[in-house]
Amino acid sequence: MFHWLEKHPFFFAVGVFLVIAFAGLVEIVPNFVQASRPVIGTAPYSTLELAGRHVYIKNSCNACHSQLIRPFKSETDRYGHYSLSGEYAYDRPFLWGSKRTGPDLMRVGNYRTTDWHENHMKDPAGVVPGSIMPAYRWMFTNKADIDTAYAEQLTVAKVFSTPYNKPVPMKDGSTVTVKMGSNVAEANAMALAEAKVIAADMKGQDVKDAVAAGKIPEIVALIAYLNSLK
Amino acid sequence: MENRPLEYDYTVTKMFMFMTIVLGIVGMLIGVILAFQLAYPGVNTILGEGLAEYTNFSRLRPLHTDSVAFGFTLSGIFAAWFYIGQRVLKVSMAESKFLMFIGKLMFWLYAVGVVAIVVSLFMGITTSKEYAEFEWPIDIAIVIIWVLFGISIFGLIGIRREKSLYISVWYFIAGFLGVAMLYLFNNMEVPTYFASGGVGSIMHSVSMYSGTNDALVQWWYGHNAVAFVFTVPIVAMIYYFLPKESGQAIYSYKLSLLSFWGLMFVYLWAGGHHLIYSTVPDWVQTMGSIFSVILILPSWGSAINMLLTMKGEWQQVASSPLIKFMVLGSTFYMFSTLEGPIQAIKSVNAIAHFTDWIVGHVHDGTLGWVGFMIMAALYHMAPRVFKRELYSKSLMATQFWIQTLGVVLYFTSMWIAGITQGMMWRAHDEFGNLAYSFIDTVTVLHPYYTIRAVGGLLYLVGFIMFAYNIYKTMSARPVEEYELQNASPMGA
Repeated sequence: MFHWLEKHPFFFAVGVFLVIAFAGLVEIVPNFVQASRPVIGTAPYSTLELAGRHVYIKNSCNACHSQLIRPFKSETDRYGHYSLSGEYAYDRPFLWGSKRTGPDLMRVGNYRTTDWHENHMKDPAGVVPGSIMPAYRWMFTNKADIDTAYAEQLTVAKVFSTPYNKPVPMKDGSTVTVKMGSNVAEANAMALAEAKVIAADMKGQDVKDAVAAGKIPEIVALIAYLNSLK
Repeated sequence: MENRPLEYDYTVTKMFMFMTIVLGIVGMLIGVILAFQLAYPGVNTILGEGLAEYTNFSRLRPLHTDSVAFGFTLSGIFAAWFYIGQRVLKVSMAESKFLMFIGKLMFWLYAVGVVAIVVSLFMGITTSKEYAEFEWPIDIAIVIIWVLFGISIFGLIGIRREKSLYISVWYFIAGFLGVAMLYLFNNMEVPTYFASGGVGSIMHSVSMYSGTNDALVQWWYGHNAVAFVFTVPIVAMIYYFLPKESGQAIYSYKLSLLSFWGLMFVYLWAGGHHLIYSTVPDWVQTMGSIFSVILILPSWGSAINMLLTMKGEWQQVASSPLIKFMVLGSTFYMFSTLEGPIQAIKSVNAIAHFTDWIVGHVHDGTLGWVGFMIMAALYHMAPRVFKRELYSKSLMATQFWIQTLGVVLYFTSMWIAGITQGMMWRAHDEFGNLAYSFIDTVTVLHPYYTIRAVGGLLYLVGFIMFAYNIYKTMSARPVEEYELQNASPMGA
């Protein structure tokens, strides 16, 4: 059989393809639907949070920080409850990372504040002596891309039925509705309102001035995202 | 006519050899910079505060992995295909104007793709998925390049004189098909600009999969991109170049069969070992773990087949630096394919995952196996492609030892760093509290990060010696009238 295949490239290629495709089908397909279901208490990202998530991705934060807490005592002691599949239901792409040069950030919103992040992103080693994380000062001047975040919200709402403007169940039995603007101007206004709340907790006058003037620096969006990680 | 030996046409091979060397230097240089940034964070602002956005670790990290994987390695694979393909199929590229055009078109599109990738990653335009960072317009370009590669492979096979496909061709076919399947499915994404009716950036897209599914598809891809880029085509290369260079026949056809079909079937299952103790189903994790261990069989099958090909001719290892590269490459392949399965065992993975031990594992495979094999391939091809004897054998031997030392420093320091950090993360004191804060587990790594950076630097120095040696071969040696035969004739 093998000698015959080696003289018939077409059938050889078909054979190889079947052999390599098999494992993917068996491993990925069976749990596909179940794994994409959200757990109760998981809500989609707001426009500003999503813009912050884009800042996180743009700067490859995931190259050094994981967002996956493994079910070990040492990890739950350090980072909080271990991760559940449904908590990631609205994460496109997933940001688990594969290397912890810095600590996990899955629930960083539970134990770090806006103020802490502001200081830390400006000068990591000043806040955590010995830190090897680079400073991200350009985030204080670069402007966040709210339009693209809004475009993503529109896309996921339309293509994947992500529940924007719909009540989402919380753990205590209440519901939360994450609003999405009905046009670009409204989306920007909503993001700015959210940014003002963050900027109020920040010390940097430049950031405060920018937000007051209707512009949102990347750092504000990033902090909104980090604060949402709980 | 029939009695005259075929004149092979190496135009496209030469183009990709050039690309291999350029992108190798770029990718490895960025790697060395990254290594020094981890040891000395001041290097993040090496070009000043104003350019820090473009020189800091996080922006450079994807550039490093992509330029060595899809730049250096893929170019080397393409160069080797356009050399080996003609020879084992007994047909010259010069015989088909169409295939020649496709080959050149592929090269120039590839060159444009490289520029697009470098620019977009510097700008921070990325999907964040490892080894699949490119946004959708570049993905489309990559698919086109890959289709052209497929046409080159199957086109040459279509007009072949030798009816039986040599082992190397099996692996090239598999590499082509595997990457095609994986890349397409992992990069399923919706461009937001079009889906939202023209809002925001045109480059942005959103993954078709979310959360756990996205992770599963990504690591099914990520692990097997390693299979079909870093393993399969490299095995294709050693199956051709080692017998040619040593003048020995492949040790066993049956072992080749077993390891080829075994590798094809088993490799794809092992992706789950990247997700052990994550939120993917337990059975997927266990499957990933078990199949990783089974994977030792076909991997070692190829490597042992190569080492036994040298049976009775071991003196060549001492006398020829080119054989040294290939034999040590096979050995690193065995080493790396044993280390990987060990890390895939659940209890070991609990310590190793997220640490530098994984980084060490990747690098003993890529530096010791992939890098050595590609350089050996170029060293073997250069005299035949340029019809000139190789410039310097002693420079090559020196390079070999410098780079070997570099690899050893790299993986030993990363072993110690990884296991140290893994153990410190989980250490509890007598009251059951965590013994170390996270920063303690970072500062302790400083000496190992420094050693690793030195190891990487040595490898880069060796690579520059390699580039110089090839350059001098092209320019300093007299042209031979006939293509050089058999084992590489080398200058003193």
